[in-house]
Amino acid sequence: MSKRRPYVRPMAGWWRKNPFFVEYMIHEGTALFVAAYALILLTGLVYLSRGEAAWNVWLEGLKNPWYIAFHWLTLAAMCYHTYTWFKIMPRTMPPVVVGGKRLPDFAITGSGLAVAATASLAMLGLVWGMAR
Amino acid sequence: MSENQRIIEIEVLRYNPETDKEPSKQVFEVPFTDDMSVLQGVQYIKDYLDGSLSFRWSCRMAICGSCGMMINGEPSLSCETFLRDYYPARVRVEALAHFPIEKDLVINMEGFIEKLESIQPYIIPKEERTLAQGEYLQTPAQLASYEQFSSCINCMLCYAACPQFGLNSEFIGPAAMALLHRYNIDSRDGGKGERMELVNSEEGVFNCTAVGYCSEVCPKHVDPANAVNQNKTNSAADYFMRFLTPKGGAK
Repeated sequence: MSKRRPYVRPMAGWWRKNPFFVEYMIHEGTALFVAAYALILLTGLVYLSRGEAAWNVWLEGLKNPWYIAFHWLTLAAMCYHTYTWFKIMPRTMPPVVVGGKRLPDFAITGSGLAVAATASLAMLGLVWGMAR
Repeated sequence: MSENQRIIEIEVLRYNPETDKEPSKQVFEVPFTDDMSVLQGVQYIKDYLDGSLSFRWSCRMAICGSCGMMINGEPSLSCETFLRDYYPARVRVEALAHFPIEKDLVINMEGFIEKLESIQPYIIPKEERTLAQGEYLQTPAQLASYEQFSSCINCMLCYAACPQFGLNSEFIGPAAMALLHRYNIDSRDGGKGERMELVNSEEGVFNCTAVGYCSEVCPKHVDPANAVNQNKTNSAADYFMRFLTPKGGAK
C-alpha cells in the first residue's frame, strides 16, 4: 500500500499573504468606486428626465459635504485604479514593434497614463466651459 | 567554510505523510558564508543536521528548474536566492504554494505534467515535407516572435504565484499556456486549431484575472501573463470567427 498522502494547503486569506496580492485586491476593489460613480451619474440622468425642478434637487443633494468627501475619495480610488490598470497593460497586450524594436513596458504604461490624463483634462475643460 | 562565517536561522515547513497530520515548522541554525544560496543552506541541514529533510534540486545554476520553493513567502529558485540577503533575520522556506505537498519541500507535480502534455508541446507541421525537401526554414524575425516563450524551464514558480490556480487546480495555468502560445505563433506550426480548444475551454485562459504575479516571479523572463492574456483576445476572436467563416476558428 502506498504511504503517499499529499497535503493540500488551505487558500483562506491568500491575498493577505503577499504585498503583490494586496495591491491586486486594492486595484480590484477600486473598480467598485468606478461602478458607484457610474450609478451616481445615472441617477442624475434619471432626475434630469423628470424636469428642471427634479434636476435642481439632485444638484443640491451633491453639495452635501459628505457627498463632496465621497467624491474626493472616489477621485483617489479612480486615480489608483488608472495607475494600476496601465501598469499591468504591457502584460495584457500583444507586443508593439516600432522600427523593428519591441516597445519597452514603461513606454506602454507611460502612453496609457498620458492618454488617460489628456482625456480627463479635455473632459474637465469641456464641462468647465459649458458650466460657465 | 571561511573565517567570516555567520549563523542564520532557517525555518522549514516540514511534512512527513507517514507520521504527520499536517505540516509544521522546524527551525535550524545554519552556519553560512556570503556566497551560499538558500539551496546550499538546505543542503547543509540535510548533510549535517537532519538527513530526513526532502527537497528537489539538480543543476545549482537556475537552468534545471528543480529547486523552486517559497522563500519568505515568495516563489523563488533556491539556487539563485542568497542567505546573506536575509541575515540577520530568519529565512522561511516552504514547498511551492498551491501544489499538494508530498514530503517537506517536495510537491506533487503530476497535474502540471499532464497539462504540459495536453497542449501538444511540439511542432505540428503546417505542411508535411519530405526529407528531400529539406528542413522547415524560419527567418530571425519569425524566431524572435516566440523566442521568449520558449525559455520556460518548467520550474512552476508561476503556478505558485497564481492565486487562480490555487483556487482552481484545473486551470491550465501560466507556464503551460506560455508554451502553448509559443507553438501557436511559430511560423512552422499548424496546430493552432487543435490547441485553441484548450484555450477556450473551462480550464482555459478565462480563469486568469490578470494578477500578473506569475510574470514577476519568472526567473527566465518568459512573461507567461502576456501569453495568457494575448490568448484571451485570440479566444474571443476565435469565438466570433465562427459566425464569419464556415468552419470557424477552432475545430
